[in-house]
Amino acid sequence: MAYPTDRKYSKSHEWIQASGTTAAIGITDHAQEALGDIVFVELPKVGAELAAGKGFGTVESVKAVSDLYAPATGTVTETNADLATSPENVNKDPHGSWMMKITLKNPGELDALLSAADYEKFVAEEAGH
Amino acid sequence: MKNMIRKATRHVNQNEGLIFEKSSPGKAAWKLPPLDVPEVDVSKLLGSSERKDLGNMPEVSEIEIIRHFTRLSTWNYAIDLGMYPLGSCTMKYNPRVNEAVARVEGIANGHPYQPEKISQGALRILKTLSECLIDITGMDAITMQPAAGAHGEMTGLLMVRAYHHAQGRPRKKILIPDSAHGTNPATAAMVDYAVENLKSDSRGMVDIAALEAQMNEDVAALMLTNPNTLGVFEQQIHKIADILHSKGGLLYMDGANMNALVGKVRPGDFGVDVMHLNLHKTFSTPHGGGGPGSGPVAIKKILEPFLPTPVVVTKADGTLGFDYDRPQSVGRVRAFYGNFGMFVRALAYIQANGPDGLRQTTEDAVLNANYIRKGLEGTYDLPYSTPTMHEVVFSDKLQAKKGVRTMDIAKRLIDYGFHPYTTAFPLIVPGALMIEPTESESKEEMDLFVDAMKSIAEEVEEDAQTVLDAPHSTRVSRLDETAAARKPVLRWKPAV
Amino acid sequence: MRYLPKSPADREAMLKAIGLRSVDELFAPIPAEYRLSRDLKVPRQMAESEIVDYFRERSRENGEGYTSFLGAGAYAHYRPIIIDSLISRGEFLTAYTPYQAEISQGTLQSIFEFQTMICELTGMEVANASMYDGSTAAAEAVMMAVRLTGRRSVVVARSLHPEYREVLATYATHQGMPLSVAGFTDEGRVNLSELEKSITPETACVLIQSPNFFGTIEDVAAIAEIAHKHGAMLVVSIAEAVSLGIVEPPRKADVIAMEAQSFGVPLGFGGPYCGVIATREKFVRQMPGRLVGQTVDKQGRRGFVLTLATREQHIRREKATSNICTNQALVALMVNIFMNVYGKVGLKELAKQNLAKTAYAAAQFAKHGKLLFAGSPRFNEFVLQTDEDPRAINNRLLEHKVVGGLPLKKFYPELGNAALWCCTELTTRSAIDTAVGLVAESKRSAPSAPAKEEAGVVEVAR
Repeated sequence: MAYPTDRKYSKSHEWIQASGTTAAIGITDHAQEALGDIVFVELPKVGAELAAGKGFGTVESVKAVSDLYAPATGTVTETNADLATSPENVNKDPHGSWMMKITLKNPGELDALLSAADYEKFVAEEAGH
Repeated sequence: MKNMIRKATRHVNQNEGLIFEKSSPGKAAWKLPPLDVPEVDVSKLLGSSERKDLGNMPEVSEIEIIRHFTRLSTWNYAIDLGMYPLGSCTMKYNPRVNEAVARVEGIANGHPYQPEKISQGALRILKTLSECLIDITGMDAITMQPAAGAHGEMTGLLMVRAYHHAQGRPRKKILIPDSAHGTNPATAAMVDYAVENLKSDSRGMVDIAALEAQMNEDVAALMLTNPNTLGVFEQQIHKIADILHSKGGLLYMDGANMNALVGKVRPGDFGVDVMHLNLHKTFSTPHGGGGPGSGPVAIKKILEPFLPTPVVVTKADGTLGFDYDRPQSVGRVRAFYGNFGMFVRALAYIQANGPDGLRQTTEDAVLNANYIRKGLEGTYDLPYSTPTMHEVVFSDKLQAKKGVRTMDIAKRLIDYGFHPYTTAFPLIVPGALMIEPTESESKEEMDLFVDAMKSIAEEVEEDAQTVLDAPHSTRVSRLDETAAARKPVLRWKPAV
Repeated sequence: MRYLPKSPADREAMLKAIGLRSVDELFAPIPAEYRLSRDLKVPRQMAESEIVDYFRERSRENGEGYTSFLGAGAYAHYRPIIIDSLISRGEFLTAYTPYQAEISQGTLQSIFEFQTMICELTGMEVANASMYDGSTAAAEAVMMAVRLTGRRSVVVARSLHPEYREVLATYATHQGMPLSVAGFTDEGRVNLSELEKSITPETACVLIQSPNFFGTIEDVAAIAEIAHKHGAMLVVSIAEAVSLGIVEPPRKADVIAMEAQSFGVPLGFGGPYCGVIATREKFVRQMPGRLVGQTVDKQGRRGFVLTLATREQHIRREKATSNICTNQALVALMVNIFMNVYGKVGLKELAKQNLAKTAYAAAQFAKHGKLLFAGSPRFNEFVLQTDEDPRAINNRLLEHKVVGGLPLKKFYPELGNAALWCCTELTTRSAIDTAVGLVAESKRSAPSAPAKEEAGVVEVAR
């Protein structure tokens, strides 16, 4: 799957798509592939403060749990309620299934994240190890 | 399926629905004696607390209950049917005399609060088993209260914490090797310790240099399984203990694998300060489909003041009693005195063995694991060639080339009439096949097992799909665990 | 050794196959200085007949043939014969935890049925596959409320079983969970105004027991209202499961922590028993312990699996909901069979007999002492206050092979000469009348100094 170029990527395999000071966050195709069938997504409450690089929730497959890390600092404004009943959407359409929306505190933070091309390269390198 | 399958044959077994699907009003399996006191007016006694309806509780007859559970039972694998090569789980024979003596009237019906003078039998059992376990482990004292191994871990770490606190130096961290059972880090967290991982060296043992580097005065204890989960004895155990002790730390031993040591070597002699035992592993109490367990914790003298209350003591008049007056105790970890019924069974097991039997049992367990290792070496990848004690860990590296993973091989083993071995553990071996035959297997049974494993390896080469789709012979095929977790159905509900 | 299936020739052949000369070589990895060179100090190898004799002798020293009025968290109810016939089947007794679902459907389906019946009886939406016992289930339920609310402190009713309170204190100490205690009124129920005062914005939950330690049924709805008003959860411990046949379950509770020993589990000097946690569906991911769920196989056939395992220690390790790694499967199976035997109608009738026996006994004993908390609804226990020390009464009863009520002085000194008495369907009218007569004797004989054995009895009272 090609990685969309309209967003940025973190080395912990989240994507973030900003529009002005708001941004949507999800996990990458590579992440969902590695996790396998996702059965549960645990997200913070609306109003929660996220700090870049810090954990904010988890995704679970049948036999694994992975922490989610915030790609940027901000305040949660909305979470994707569909994922509570249909966590499989993350497997089916990882880049279309946003998990939550936040108000960015410092949009400049996104510059430090990876572009689609760089992320793809990063994933390939990781696999090489 | 190759012609090597000699252990199992398919046969008819009965279908059976849920008990609720057989229920109908008016059926009953009970009968109470006539009431010998006046009837009561329930609504007057209980008022608004009276319950009027018991919902969908079943109504069935006795024969239906017997058939129901008998049919269900035939869908289970069990030690009584054959080998259970589950590494780390120690699925050994559960002697039937244990069950008989646990049901003798005064033992089965003893109330935990009955006066001590009519509890001398139970107290004697507690004391005798305690003394046996203390000598077997080479420790100084023991608490029998914890209800299971993980509960014992918690109790042990509580004592560690109390010890450091009494020394005036509470500590923050527990070191845990990367090969440890999942309960170890979970327990440390429950007792509010930070967990620090300790890596293993290329032989699968504790990396001494890493331990020296990580050990400091913030470390309360190292939790070590010995032999570890690779079935490897920590040869530098004395050095490990010295490193810990020199900085004031304690050595906790997870006794899950004590069955490799009984009668041959004692943890107390090689520097362990505190350890738990799993009576359902080493001492033959039944697994019962997942419990009850029992997790006594044996300790060195320095930890004795911190034992949970109560402890059994001999009183001035020679009778036995409980001592509750222990100001430094960590407190209670369970109501009453622990899983007493399991103590009865464990003591009966020790009596049936005696010192010579216990030693022979350990020797046979280690002999069996090494025999299987020899039989399968070459067919399956052996990631660590260090000598094996009571269990051996292979990996699926050779079979993975054909897309077959350890879980697939395990499921195929079911078609050959065996329970699978332990998969996906220890975590330091990717694609682990962890095999522990225990002493309860005859040479013939193990030969069948080795044949089955070799036959599956051949199938992987010739017809991998058969292995990938296994099991083929069970009532149900592989179940959809993803669906179960996404939309959990955790109880039956009547059709609407 | 009769449990070992190998001949000397087998061992020789196996050693040869491995390429070793002696068994000692297998133990070479253990440094020689640590190897044990003597026999273990354990009893010599005994014949099966000797083992049976040994335990029969211990049984005779252990209250065989006594009539007992003890309850207090461990109840003597009749155990239908088929319980032991069924759980003795090797396929249940000697099976492992049902991780391999294809060859464990028997255990899995029976646990699914157990979970269902616990839900029906407690009025909750989900129940786990069982926990160690009632005391640890209560402590785990409290920790669950702490996770769910993000608050840390806990209010505990003084009318909760004293040993359950001790266990909770042990768990809470190192979890940074401050505990406060809410007392009880003259009616033997939680003091509601004291309770309300104890609750702070940091209170995660209120933990009560109903029927409580005194056998009194709490006003759960009122307590729930107070807890919920302050954003705290309500955890209810049920120690006497048979009460559920006739006492309305605490439907307003958020979590129920049960001890199911009454349902067909032998007293066994205190264990193994069967704890269970039941709660609402929305809290299930914070519930500790194993869970069985229904699903389908590749052909669409109904089957059962262990599910939501990501909560557990073997996956989440230090972030797990609990370190618990086992349930009490075989004991839960006893409970399951018991619930099937009595079922919808029998459980009610059974509970009714308990109620009737206790009402009769309380009325009789009240003639020779003071029945405390008399105005409150109760199930099968009552507290009797006497002029004479209950320990002296009990010494007199013991001579007649009767075990009297549990002296409460050590747990509740404020109640003075009080004891907790219990009657079940097994308590006969003649046993009650005999005990009442022996209690009454104190009035006829001059009060004497406490008997010598008293010290021993005091300790048991803890």
